[in-house]
Amino acid sequence: MKIAVCIKRVPDMEMRFSIAADRKSLDPSGLKYEMGDFDGYALEVGLQLAEKQGGEVVILSVGPDAVQETLRKGLAMGAARAVQLKADEVPFDGLALAQALAAELKDGGYDLILFGRMATDSANGTVGPMTAELLGLPGVTAISHLEIAGGRGTARRELEGSAETLEFPLPAVLTIDEGIARPRLASLKGIMAAKKKPLEVKPAQLGEARLVVESMALPPDRPPGRIIGEGADAVPELLRLLQTEAKVL
Amino acid sequence: MPSVLAFAESRNGELRKVALETVTAARQAADASGGGEVHAMLLGGPGIAERADALGRYGADLVIVVEESALQHYSPEVFTATVAERLRAGSYRAGFFPASAQGRDLAPRVAARLKVSLASDVTGFELQGDSVVAKHPAYTGKVIVTLRLNGTPALLSLRPGSVTATEQPRTARVEKMAPAMDPADAKVKVTELAQRGATKLDLGEASIIVSGGRGLRAAENFKLVEDLAAAIGNAAVGATRAVTDDGWRPATDQIGQTGRLVSPDLYIAVGISGAVQHLAGMRTAKTIVAINKDKDAPIFKIADYGIVGDLFEIVPRLTEEIRKARKDH
Repeated sequence: MKIAVCIKRVPDMEMRFSIAADRKSLDPSGLKYEMGDFDGYALEVGLQLAEKQGGEVVILSVGPDAVQETLRKGLAMGAARAVQLKADEVPFDGLALAQALAAELKDGGYDLILFGRMATDSANGTVGPMTAELLGLPGVTAISHLEIAGGRGTARRELEGSAETLEFPLPAVLTIDEGIARPRLASLKGIMAAKKKPLEVKPAQLGEARLVVESMALPPDRPPGRIIGEGADAVPELLRLLQTEAKVL
Repeated sequence: MPSVLAFAESRNGELRKVALETVTAARQAADASGGGEVHAMLLGGPGIAERADALGRYGADLVIVVEESALQHYSPEVFTATVAERLRAGSYRAGFFPASAQGRDLAPRVAARLKVSLASDVTGFELQGDSVVAKHPAYTGKVIVTLRLNGTPALLSLRPGSVTATEQPRTARVEKMAPAMDPADAKVKVTELAQRGATKLDLGEASIIVSGGRGLRAAENFKLVEDLAAAIGNAAVGATRAVTDDGWRPATDQIGQTGRLVSPDLYIAVGISGAVQHLAGMRTAKTIVAINKDKDAPIFKIADYGIVGDLFEIVPRLTEEIRKARKDH
C-alpha cells in the first residue's frame, strides 16, 4: 500500500504570540515550530497501516526550506521519503494549497492520502476535503476510527452528539481526528536513519489565493479574573452576581 | 439584486439549531447588501419538506427542497454536487454553511468544486463592495484573523453560536430540486448513524456548559457536575482532555484545542486548572465561573467569578441554591 501524509509546520501553540509590524502576520521572533497536532495522528495512522499491511509512507509539506526540519522529523518517525513543495510563504487559502498538493499527488499512485483534521495555526480544516474533491477521490473527514481491508475502508467520525460510520473504496483522501493513535516518538536510530532518507524539493504549484489575510490581531483581553470568595460560603454571592450582574441565570 | 444561499443542516429529519443560525446570517447578509433574497437548501429523506416552514420563519424567501430516500443520511458526494450546482446556477453573492461536523465536510468540497473562496469557522462577517470580510479565530483562538474573500459566491462556514437565530417571519416559497447526481453512484456511503443519548443537549448548542477536570478525582464524581447541570436545566456537560484521555468521559465531551470549541453564555469550570489547550476551547464564553482549590490556577486569570476552595463542598451547595432559587420562582 502506498500512503501519502500531508503535514504542516506550525508554531508551538503554547507560546505567547504577538503580531508583526505588517499587522498581517505573527512576529516570528522567539517562536518554536513543530508538526501540527492532528498531522502527527495522521502520520501515526499511516505508519501503522504500512507496518501491518506492507507498503510505504511518503510525507509532503508545502513551504519554505524551514519545513525540511518538520519533514525530517516525520522521516525519523518512520516515513520512507519526503517531498517539500517549495513556496516562500504558505497561503492561508486552503484551496490554493490543495491545488499544489493535488498536482503533486495526482499521478503518485497512492492508495491513501492522509491529512490531520486541521492545521492548528490556520484552523481551517479545508485542505484535506478540497484535495479529495480536486482529485475526484472519495473523501472522509475528521475520522476517529479507521479500518482498511481488501481495498475498502470503514471509518467512524464524531458528529455533535452522535457518530457516523462510513464505507468507501480506495484510493481515498482522509482527514484524521485526534485520539485515533498516539504519535510515536522518533527513536535515536530513526533520527540517524532520517538523515539519509530521500527528501525531494519541487516548486509548489499553488493555486490563485482568493482568500487573503487582511489583518491579524490578538483577541480583546478578557477583563482580569476576579476571585469573589472562598469555600461554599461564597456560593450565595456567586448566585447573586450570575443573576443580577452577568444576567445569565 | 443577488441572492444569498444558506445550507440548512438536518439530522434524522429534524433541523439542527445551526440551520436556523445560517438562515439568520444569510438574512443579515442579504439585507445589508440591499435586500436580495435568502434561499435555504434543505436536503434529506422523505418528510424533510415539512421543515421548510421553519426556515421561512427565520427569514428564508425560498426553500429549495431535495427530498430523496437515499438522502436520509448525509452523502458527501451527493450533497456537494447538488449544493454546488445550485450555487453555480443561481448567481449567488454568498453561501453560508454551519461550521459543524457536516458543514466542515461539505463547504470545502463545494468551494473546491466551484473554485471559489471559503472562510471557515467564522465568528463575524461583513459585505464590503464586491468582497466579503470575515473574522476567524485561529492559532487556538489566540489570534483573530480578518480575511477577505474575493470573487462570488463567497462561501462562509459559521461557528455554531456566533449568530443568534432570530425569527424574521415570511412565507417561504418552496421549490423541489432533484439531486445533481444519482445517489447510487456515490462511492462514500454512511452506513450507520449512532445516536448517543438523543435527549442529551449538544455542547455546541447549549447556552450553559458545566465542565469538569481532574480536580474531580474520579469518574463517578462527575455526578456532581451532572447534578449542577440538571439543576440549572438546559445545560450541557463538558470535560477537559485529561479527563477524556483517562476515559472518565467520552472523547466527544472534550472541550479544548483538539476538541470542541464552544462559546456559551455561561461556562462553569469545576476542578479545571486552565491549561492552554483547554482555554483555547472556551475562552470566548461570555461569562466564566471557576471553582478550584488552587488560587494560582490559570483558570482564575480569565474567570469572571472565581471561588477558591473544595469543589466537593462548593458544587453541591451551588446545586442546592440553584434548585432553591428555581423553586421560589
